[in-house]
Amino acid sequence: MKWDFKSGEPIYQQIMRVLRTQIASGEYPPGCRFPAVRELALEAGVNPNTMQRALAELEREGLLVTVRTTGKFVTEDQELISRTRSDLAADSIRALIGSLKNLGLTEEQILKEVEHSLKEVE
Amino acid sequence: MSVIFECRDLVKSYGNVTALKGISLQLESGRIVGLLGPNGSGKTTLIKLANRLLQPTSGELRIAGETPGVKTKAAIAYLPDKDFLPDWMKTDALLKFYGDFFPDFDRQRAEEMLMSLNIPSNLPLKKMSKGTREKVQLILIMSRRAQVYLLDEPIAGVDPAARDYILRTILNNYEENALVLISTHLIADVESVLDEAVFLKEGQIVLHKSTDEIREETGKSVDEYFREVFRC
Repeated sequence: MKWDFKSGEPIYQQIMRVLRTQIASGEYPPGCRFPAVRELALEAGVNPNTMQRALAELEREGLLVTVRTTGKFVTEDQELISRTRSDLAADSIRALIGSLKNLGLTEEQILKEVEHSLKEVE
Repeated sequence: MSVIFECRDLVKSYGNVTALKGISLQLESGRIVGLLGPNGSGKTTLIKLANRLLQPTSGELRIAGETPGVKTKAAIAYLPDKDFLPDWMKTDALLKFYGDFFPDFDRQRAEEMLMSLNIPSNLPLKKMSKGTREKVQLILIMSRRAQVYLLDEPIAGVDPAARDYILRTILNNYEENALVLISTHLIADVESVLDEAVFLKEGQIVLHKSTDEIREETGKSVDEYFREVFRC
């Protein structure tokens, strides 16, 4: 039930990444009502203050919008959501490239391996 | 948020052993704070002083502006580190007992939690497993609408599933504007619920910081950092 947190990075930042992913993937679709802080805190197994901080930061980024007295909603700004999705994708790809380069692969080999794996997945 | 728990130069000696060597600490309401330290570092002594089960040798301690006494007992929900209720008592008697003693006890909430655990109302504490007994005691404490929750080792000695239950119960039930102080040496299990950590070492505070600050500044989890500070 609890989310898995890594060491050495503030938990609110790790929560932001999880929620950003959930918004970008459409698990929380645009315009949908976001769960209450306490509910989310319980799901993640974290302190409500920590969850509140993560939500406030996401609001600053524009991904969440507070409608006075009714709660928080996912933005309807499709462009912002797709930008968030590409940012997250770019992060994963950078990490992948980093570890493949560590393995000693050249850029050509990386491309070939990725294409190969893509075909296998299909 | 205002300071609700405050001590200044607090000293407690037992004969020629000094358990607390002049502690000064301010904690605010609305926070969940971990009181972290190895065995014998003074955690239980501090919590007992706050509950007036012990008298300070010197120094000052104030909770919600009052020296520990009758008034503070109404404001503090205290979970001791060992079984503290008569073991022949059945759950329905315990509910009545708590209702009689504490005006802020929410009996309905306690009943709901007991029911969701399928604990029969006529079961005495001594017939329960250790894990169930710990859960029942915690349910009684967390059903109070207190200003300060002092939880001494709430997760020690129970299995990981029971630990999750206990932490969830704390998160689910504490009053939003209350201070929750959790003493433990099982840091990995609690660190994601803590706002702040207080490290106690040989009767002195060696660190008091927000857990996010610790993670950011040290690049380590609170648990890893703790192991480093307290390496034997």
